[in-house]
Amino acid sequence: MTTLNVNVHHVTRVEGHGSIVVDVKNGEIKECRFEVVEAPRFFEAFVRGRPYSELSHITSRICGICAVGHATASLEATEKAMGVQLTEQATLLRKLMFHGEIIDSHILHTYYLVAPDFLGAGSVIPLIETHRDAVLLALRVKKLSGDLCAIIGGRHTHPCALTVGGFTHTPGERELREIQARLVDARADMDASVDLFASLPWPEFERETEYVSLHKDDEYAFIGGTVVTSDGFSYPIEDYKQVTNEECVPFSTAKWTHHNRDAYMVGALARLNNNHDQLHPRAQAAAAKLGLRPIVTNPFLNSAAQVVEMVHCVEDSIRIIDELLSRGVQPEAPAPFKVEATEAVGSCDVPRGILFHHYVYDEDGICTRANCIIPTNQNMANLNADMKVLLPQILDRPQDEVRHLLEMLVRAYDPCISCSAHCLKVEFV
Amino acid sequence: MDNGKPKVAFFDFACCEGCQLTVIDSLQTHLDLLDAIEIVQFREAMSEKGENYQIAFIEGSCTRQEDEERLHKIRDQADIVVALGACAHLGGINALKNLHPLEDVRKWVYGDKAAWYDTYPARPIGAVIEVDAFIPGCPIDREEFVRVVKALLLGTKPPIPDYPVCVECKLKENVCLFDLGKICLGPVTRAGCNAICPSYGAACEGCRGLIPNPNENAMKDVLAKAGLTVEEIMSRFTMFNTYQLQERMAEEE
Ligand code: SF4
Ligand code: SF4
Ligand code: SF4
Repeated sequence: MTTLNVNVHHVTRVEGHGSIVVDVKNGEIKECRFEVVEAPRFFEAFVRGRPYSELSHITSRICGICAVGHATASLEATEKAMGVQLTEQATLLRKLMFHGEIIDSHILHTYYLVAPDFLGAGSVIPLIETHRDAVLLALRVKKLSGDLCAIIGGRHTHPCALTVGGFTHTPGERELREIQARLVDARADMDASVDLFASLPWPEFERETEYVSLHKDDEYAFIGGTVVTSDGFSYPIEDYKQVTNEECVPFSTAKWTHHNRDAYMVGALARLNNNHDQLHPRAQAAAAKLGLRPIVTNPFLNSAAQVVEMVHCVEDSIRIIDELLSRGVQPEAPAPFKVEATEAVGSCDVPRGILFHHYVYDEDGICTRANCIIPTNQNMANLNADMKVLLPQILDRPQDEVRHLLEMLVRAYDPCISCSAHCLKVEFV
Repeated sequence: MDNGKPKVAFFDFACCEGCQLTVIDSLQTHLDLLDAIEIVQFREAMSEKGENYQIAFIEGSCTRQEDEERLHKIRDQADIVVALGACAHLGGINALKNLHPLEDVRKWVYGDKAAWYDTYPARPIGAVIEVDAFIPGCPIDREEFVRVVKALLLGTKPPIPDYPVCVECKLKENVCLFDLGKICLGPVTRAGCNAICPSYGAACEGCRGLIPNPNENAMKDVLAKAGLTVEEIMSRFTMFNTYQLQERMAEEE
């Protein structure tokens, strides 16, 4: 009979600290879970007392990799609260910068964190010798996405120029043209990525769940829209708590969420499942090549869905820059607004899935309450449910292989635990 | 296997890991650094875990008892400990929670389950162990990271500026934000970021910490123009420097 004891303390190649605990005695599973052991940081508690103008700069520090996503969701909330109407140019620049972050995060995850699993390496570093072209491709695309964010916001990690009402800086037309030329060149890298990831032996595993994402009628949704689920539910963003239903669990500093079932999944795969038809035609072709036909129920394929989204974001960025250039890019002051006592919820579908920021402001624009619900938290229950179904199927394999597959499953979710370990609040009255 | 290269390890505590990501970014454009050092531990990017290292880069703040034990272990092993980024160098954004009573902070986030989660006020790692060098910023500047690593390898003093951000800002010929009616912490904040925020139209928020001896080294003419004293501008320094402000206040008492 099988006896297994897997204890991976601090799973590597994920953002933040999480541990896998598996205990099997004589074929019976005693323990099988993923724990979050990150030190809590308490953002929701300490943004209280800060002025509205600081909120997006403070909350971007929740996560270095989704900094633009947090800042954008934060601004969505504050701008809704203050009744700000962004100009068309500012709206386009927000979308463009957001695409930059999606590409940046997905290239990091797929090439640096996931690919080594398939290519038998412990990190991307040995791949410099063995898979030089793939590494150079990743470096090139990573640099491109970072530069795309930087011309708009100053830098990708904790952008300087995002502010309530728009931006404090406008990129020049020449910079936009140069970046666009590089995006056009990146099409070849996208094709090569689709081929590479389509050739990988993805682990076989299926478990259907509920997929939750944003949805917009006129585009593949990343910023704003409505909250939809693959079980047929739809909510305005303001009603996010009907979806998230957070609860504390004793072995984790991340809170768990559930909606129509015991668990739901968010992220690239959820977006692709819910909004596939709005992907750019080239991205739809990539999805077909990667074997992704909704509803896709293999969570390992979340990484493949990220490749599809990279293709989409490259194409849509080229289109947005065309639109900006044909309108003419002008320096603009942030849109005007009136500070008053209000409350609002902002939502973005960031690289790892749907994210909510909810703020209450007093009449001086000081934040008195805040609630942030992070994608990784929303995936925790689902990841654990996957582990419980996967483990019995692979129990007869050597312990090392079991450990490796469980680690790969965790990594497929692209957990960003540094986010998840604090952005949690029990009651919001 | 010993290849004679200094062995380098990266560790993270309470933080957003943006500084480690910036390290990954700077290695991309300075692949030659990978020839000069051997990275034996970098949890965010690799599976291998070497416990034999000479240089430790530490990201994040100390926020609980178990962090202290880990920090001491790293200090015992490493010849050189470097604080990487504002969280480790200053306490950074995490120390904003020190402005609130601790119990209140815990209850606010975890409600009646607060007792499950261990935490105390956020501190820079230099408050717990001796630190040999620091790389300021939230996040760090990637070129500065490379300069510091090169200096450490040569055994020279890491080149961190002691003058205020205004100096770099003026060299870039930016319009001063005070002239636009905004308040900027550039006059008392340590330079080295190439004044990136004011260059993008945003006020400096002080992420690189106070300059040494602000009363002497501050950009006083800029402050005078706005009718502010050094003390007044420093009181606005809470976003990244709450820990320092509270220490200063405690010293004065
Ligand atoms: S200093 Fe800033 S960028 Fe670096 S880890 Fe801390 S919060 Fe993140
Ligand atoms: S106060 Fe700010 S904007 Fe003005 S010169 Fe100094 S750094 Fe630049
Ligand atoms: S300008 Fe100020 S806030 Fe911005 S990076 Fe430099 S020191 Fe930090």
